[in-house]
This record gives sequence, C-alpha cells and structure tokens, in this order.
Amino acid sequence: MKVLVAVKRVVDYNVKVRPKPDGSGVDLANVKMAINPFCEIAVEEAVRLKERGVADEVVVVSVGPTQAQEQLRTALALGADRGILVEAEADLEPLAVAKVLKAVCEREQPGLVILGKQSIDGDNNQTGQLLAALLGWGQGTFASEVVVEGDRVRVTREVDGGLQTVSLRLPAVVTTDLRLNEPRYASLPNIMKAKKKPIEVTRPAELGVDVARRTELLGVEPPPARKGGIKVADVAELVDKLRNEAKVIG
Amino acid sequence: MSYDLTDDQRQIREAVLKHCAQFSDDYWLELDEKGEFPFDFHRSMAEAGWLGIAMPESVGGAGLGITEAAIMMQAVAESGGGMTAASSIHGPVFSLEPIVRFGTPEQQQRMIPPILRGEQKMCFAVTEPNVGLDTTRIRTRAQRVEGGYLVNGEKIWITNAHVADKIMLLARTTPLEACKRKTEGLSLFFTDLDRRHVETRLIPKMGRHAVGSNMVFITDLFIPEEDRIGAEGEGFRIILQGLNPERILLGAEAVGLGRVAIKKAAQYARERVVFDRPIGMNQGIQHPLAKCWAQLEAANLMVMKAASRFDQGLDCGVEANAGKYLAAEAGFEACHTAMLTLGGMGYAKEYHVERYLREVLIPRIAPVSPHMILNFIAEKVLELPKSY
Repeated sequence: MKVLVAVKRVVDYNVKVRPKPDGSGVDLANVKMAINPFCEIAVEEAVRLKERGVADEVVVVSVGPTQAQEQLRTALALGADRGILVEAEADLEPLAVAKVLKAVCEREQPGLVILGKQSIDGDNNQTGQLLAALLGWGQGTFASEVVVEGDRVRVTREVDGGLQTVSLRLPAVVTTDLRLNEPRYASLPNIMKAKKKPIEVTRPAELGVDVARRTELLGVEPPPARKGGIKVADVAELVDKLRNEAKVIG
Repeated sequence: MSYDLTDDQRQIREAVLKHCAQFSDDYWLELDEKGEFPFDFHRSMAEAGWLGIAMPESVGGAGLGITEAAIMMQAVAESGGGMTAASSIHGPVFSLEPIVRFGTPEQQQRMIPPILRGEQKMCFAVTEPNVGLDTTRIRTRAQRVEGGYLVNGEKIWITNAHVADKIMLLARTTPLEACKRKTEGLSLFFTDLDRRHVETRLIPKMGRHAVGSNMVFITDLFIPEEDRIGAEGEGFRIILQGLNPERILLGAEAVGLGRVAIKKAAQYARERVVFDRPIGMNQGIQHPLAKCWAQLEAANLMVMKAASRFDQGLDCGVEANAGKYLAAEAGFEACHTAMLTLGGMGYAKEYHVERYLREVLIPRIAPVSPHMILNFIAEKVLELPKSY
C-alpha cells in the first residue's frame, strides 16, 4: 500500500511571531521555519506503517514555496521515500490545498492519506476534512491510534471528553492528533540518504487546479498586551468587581 | 564567496539542535553536579550516526568535512550542552583521522566502527607533565619487544581516559638523542586501554565535571605491532594533521557556548523587572550583550573560513589558530557578560551561566594557549623573530 503524507512549511513553534508593522500579515523575514509539528507526526506514522510492512511506499507532498523543499527533505530524512513539491504562493487557503492534494491523490492512487489535524500557523483544521469530502473517501480525524486491518483502517479519535473509534474503508484520509506518536530524530545517515531521494516539482496549473483565493485577509494584529492586576481590600470588593466590572458572575 | 550555510549545512545544524533538545539544561546541570559522564547523550548521538560525521562512508561515517563537523559541534555546545556535551563526543568526531589517513584498511575496519557506533569510548593521549606544548620532548617510551612494544610513561589532561576502552597514544620509539631531528622517533598507537597496566586518576578541576580529565600512568603496557598507526617514527608528523581540525572544532564550540550564554542573558534581561522596567531596557545591559553577539559572529566567520580551507585541502594553520583564539576570547566575554547580566542570579547554579563560564575557560586554554597562538601569528604572518 502506498501512503501519501502532506507536510506544511510553517514558522517554527519556538518562534514568537509578530505581525508586520502595517498589519498585512505575519512578519516572516529571517524567521526560522520548520515542518508543522502535526505533519511531522503524520510522517512518523506513515514511516512506522512502512516499518511494520503495512505500507510499501511513503510519498510526502507539500504545497507551498520553493523553500518547502527543506521540509520535504526533513520528511525524507525521517524515512519517507520520495517527495512532491507543488510550488505555489506561500499562503494558500485550505480549500486550494485540498484541491491540489486531491489532484495528487488521483495521480498517485494512495491507499491512505495522512495529514496533520491542523497547521500551527493558520489553525484552520480544514484541509483533511475538505480533502476527504472532495475525494469522497472516509475520514478519521484527530487520530490517536491508527491500525490498518485488511482493506479497512481503524482510527481512534480524540474527541471532547473521551475517545471515539471509527472503522473506515480504504482508501481513506486520516488526520493526526498530538498523542498519535512521538516523531523520531533524524539520524545523520538518514539525512545523507535523503539527499539522494527524488523530489518532483510541479505547479497547481500543471495539475489543473485553480488556487485563486476566495477570501481576502483584512488585517493581522497582536493580542492586547497583558495589563497589570489590581489589589482588592476584601472579599466583598472582589465579588463586586467580578459581578459588575468583569461580569463573570451573575 | 558565500558567508552563509548551505541548505544541507543548515539541515545538519537544525537536526543536531533538535536532537540535543532532548537533553535539557537540568540534565547537564545534574551531571555537572554529580560528575557523571553523559552516557545517555553519548549513546544517542552515536546511535543517530553523528559521531561519524567527518569519517569516510567506508568505515560507517557520513563522509562530510570538518566544516560540517564544526557546524555540528557548535550546535551541540549551543544547545546548552556546552563543553560537557561537546567533549563527551569530541574524540570520535576528529581524532580518528590519523587512522583514516595512515592506518591500513584492516586497522580502519577494526578500530573505527565500534567507536562510531558508541560501543567503545576512546581517549587521545599526547600531553605529558613537564613538557607542556613542547610535544617532541614527551618521555613516554615504547620499547621494541617481540611482536610489538612495551610502553612506560605518564600522560596528563587526558579527557575521558577513566571511561575509555581505547587509547590513542603518542610515545617515543627512538630516544631523542638518537634522532637527527627532534620531530622524529615518535610513534602513534591505537590500542586497548588495559587497566591492569594503565592507571587513570581524575584531576579535580574548575568545570566540566561530567567529562573528566585524567592523569594517566602507563606501566609495562604491551602494544602489538598491528596497533601502530602509520610507520614507526612518523607519529609526530601524523598527529600534526589533526591539530588544525581540533582548533577549528574547539573554536566552533566556544562560539556555540557564547551564543547560548548571551541568549540566556537576553532572555533574563527581557523578563527581569527592576525599578519598574525590564533591565534589558537599559543600554548598560544591551550594549555589552550586543557587542558579544558581534564578536561571536565575527569569530565564527574566521573559524568557518579555516574549516572551509581545510576541507579544500588548503593551508589553514593561521586561520585555524586565529579562529580558535578569537572564538575563545569572544566566548569567554559572552559567558562573563551573561553572568554580569544576571547579577546575583548568574552566580547561582540553577541559571546555568556560571557553568558556561567555568566551561568556556577550556577552549580558551586548550588545545593551545592564546599566548602560543599569538606567537605563531607573529612569527608566521608578521614575520617577527621567534620569541621562545
């Protein structure tokens, strides 16, 4: 079975992001970029499926700028077999990414697609669901366990207040939650091997996908700075302020 | 002329930083307090294949250059592991080179892979009491006997000798008096550190307590002929080849340690509020840290220039020495400035910078003192008369 994994280039999770002075977006100049952590978990899961003999090929695909090749290389160093970069402007909407991935799926015919549940930059949590809908495949989102059983995949989902287990017919789309696995660290020999693995570069137009934006970004602003607290004299004053100023109690 | 890392080099740096992030500041603090070798760290780096970064693929290495090794060792130090982390893996990263260049294929296959896989640890034993940097005067004697040599002598400042399985040893095979030139008559060996004949004693010292430095006493140690690296009498010439890489790596590590020190200091300065404002708002705090940053990055350019020249097969003695000197001085000032930035808290172990300050003295002194480097530059570059 072929497993397709989508990876996104995002600002490293350790970086404290800042809006551009004109509020037109997040300032990405000289900012450390990395593979989206949920996507890394997706790569790890696919590689483990391959190591268990369930998958025979792991293909990673990224839709993004030329530099997203770095993230594809990282994924290849973790054990993926080959990469596909669909070169596009950096900031695509989830629907556009899902359409591109659909086109890639139609060409590659994977048995399973694994994506991160969301990217830590946009936090949209849409691409996996949109992709499953566009393909007409089943979806198992927020996975904390993935077990392939014959022509089905059993996915344990992290839902509010507990776990839900679903069984999907393959091919299917799975999105990863934080506790699915702990990604390995790339070893030097695997980094060296990754350099020789192929990365194919294509463009949305070549896949016949229109990625034009349907929404317009109006502005980005930082959260308000935290204000200092106040001291209250007694419990009565506290209750009064909670009721009449903060309005958090009735 | 490019002053930036290539994509591949950046990937190495990031992968090493990420790997090292498994080992927290508290891990290093605890080991330093206990004086315990970082076995977990050493094992994990070996298992992930990092020890062989500059070794050929034929012996299980990655076949990369000293530039990549320097980038890696810098990231190791910069991760907060400092000289403790760096010195725990330093030996395998650079000091096996003589076996690659001068060893037989049989020796290479027998000696190198177990070290790179982390199954065996090694130490590098050259320096001796009383002779200091005057290496040709070392007194450890390897006498010809049936099938090999019998060795007696003393070594000092031998990192990791107390935990090592193997020793790379420089000893005199022909007495100094019988040699035409003092650089002749020394031979290099790589052999079992047989504790029945080798006693190691840890030297109580200022810092890097987790990675011990030892006095080593060798009594009637038999070394078989097949453990000699290169021809008899060629040992000095052989180890000379490794001096520049060692300086380059130490320089890169010093920059790494300086970087983490000023990072910690800047973080503290942003958060520490005194007189109703963060202390980092004061130029008296900002300017020393900014100056440290500039000095570290400038020093790093010289270190990387030396590494790049080495990898191209060009002479790099002057650059390697100057780079080590600049990096160590900049690293020292950075660690010292970090401590002053943290004030009293900087003196407390839990803020880590006091450990960095104790450790940064190592690249300042070793493997060659700043005085000898300045002598070298005065003589070789400025064509001044030799002063010693």
